[in-house]
Amino acid sequence: MASTDLKTTEDAGSVEAGLDALESGPSGRPPLRHTLVNKVLPPVVAVVVVLLVWQGLISLRIVTDPTTLPSPAAVWHTVQDAWLQGTLLGYIWTSVSRGLLGFLFALLIGTPLGLVVARVKFVRAAVGPILSGLQSLPSVAWVPPAVIWLGLDNSMMYAVILLGAVPSIANGLVSGVDQVPPLFLRAGRTMGATGLKGTWHITLPAALPGYVAGLKQGWAFAWRSLMAAEIIASFPDLGVGLGQLLENGRNASDMAMVFEAILLILTVGIAIDLLIFSPLERWVLRSRGLLVKG
Amino acid sequence: MATTLAQADPAVDHAARLDHVSKSFAGPGGAQLVLDDISLDVAPGEFVTLLGASGCGKSTLLNLVAGLDRPTTGTITTDGRPALMFQEHALFPWLTAGKNIELALKLRGVAKPDRRGRAEELLELVRLKGAHGKRVHELSGGMRQRVALARALAQESNLLLMDEPFAALDAITRDVLHDELTRIWQETGLSVLFVTHNVREAVRLAQRVVLLSSRPGRIAREWRVGIPQPRRIEDAPVAELSAEITDVLRGEIRRHGQH
Repeated sequence: MASTDLKTTEDAGSVEAGLDALESGPSGRPPLRHTLVNKVLPPVVAVVVVLLVWQGLISLRIVTDPTTLPSPAAVWHTVQDAWLQGTLLGYIWTSVSRGLLGFLFALLIGTPLGLVVARVKFVRAAVGPILSGLQSLPSVAWVPPAVIWLGLDNSMMYAVILLGAVPSIANGLVSGVDQVPPLFLRAGRTMGATGLKGTWHITLPAALPGYVAGLKQGWAFAWRSLMAAEIIASFPDLGVGLGQLLENGRNASDMAMVFEAILLILTVGIAIDLLIFSPLERWVLRSRGLLVKG
Repeated sequence: MATTLAQADPAVDHAARLDHVSKSFAGPGGAQLVLDDISLDVAPGEFVTLLGASGCGKSTLLNLVAGLDRPTTGTITTDGRPALMFQEHALFPWLTAGKNIELALKLRGVAKPDRRGRAEELLELVRLKGAHGKRVHELSGGMRQRVALARALAQESNLLLMDEPFAALDAITRDVLHDELTRIWQETGLSVLFVTHNVREAVRLAQRVVLLSSRPGRIAREWRVGIPQPRRIEDAPVAELSAEITDVLRGEIRRHGQH
């Protein structure tokens, strides 16, 4: 190469390095204080407001009958007692272990089902509408037949969870696959990713955001279905979960216990979402640059 | 050179041969002829640009050569599966820049321990050393196209097809990438079939410019570009030939307004 050639290519290299530096924005996570003020503070304020209104209803004697509305302190004492007697974690664990195990089964069934519905035209035409329809059917409707078919035991609970969660998971995967940009499939094909290789290397990872959204919704449906099953089919031999706790409170006309159960059901549902599904979703979106920094 | 990717094989006298290729698509008024009797050879190591206005079937032609679609009549032979680069970078956003390249290597059957090193080499070739762990969305448009180029090169095909790969970039970046592509083409000895509607770009890059007419796409004329590399897009000989080609191109387009 002549010396002039060399000079041009060197120039191109340094110009390119300059362009790269100019066009790449700064990256990094927002500082902790930001996260606290923007993400943590608002929900805390909301909870405090609800507690204040609740206490106000009682302090201002708007509601006077404790069997209609117990005070926050009374509910807190009930929770505390259950904790001191060592039964609180038992209630929670009975329900959470059922919920998560049922969800795991739903995952194992819903994933291949969603994939087949997304990829096989005949199956899609046959099963697709039913799958969407099942999503709008409240899973509590399945409790009576499940009790009759399977009896009052844990398998009935799992059946109801499956019917609640499988359609969400499968539908999430189907819409994820539908939204894969055709360009990715073309690019994959020119690289030799066809058939099963294409599904594994291109279609499935590209469909991940839709799939994770389906998982998140699937968990919400699984938890709801389980609570419905526990409330309706409460039977001492099954062990006391949060749904049974609520039903026991109702039978004993113990409103503080009913509130305790409702709050625990809500807290566990939110906690599982915050600990497992939201981080999973954020990770998937952030790694693809789909999460707008706020 | 250490970075040589594909040596021109003297036993094969063409990297791609299109023999009387026609393509029609079913349209509302019967079959619509998009490409009409295209015959074209790309020699090993040759850089050819296909130039044409909209409706000349440039992208259809590349799809046929890439094997993504079949010609209605005629035959296309290529030496193995060509690599294809698109106007959009088409990088997979769930993988890092380096892993995108490694996926191409994996699909080609490169053993796992060799992939990482090969990907680093290819990134260095497109001057993106150290970008292996970068996410696609962290890269600028020009950097993405260079990673896409590295990924295409990872296929170790003798023929690289490029479908207006720089059309979406700003002029400054495009200019730099022209220099890069010329350098990489010279270093690797690849054959390139490059589609564009930008006359100057075609002349800046190619050894041969093939002008396609529109509706249906036919080969209207060819020019051999004898201007020595490195060229610049503002060089006088480049401008001169571009003016000549533009006149012919306008004549082709004008015919469509007359009937």
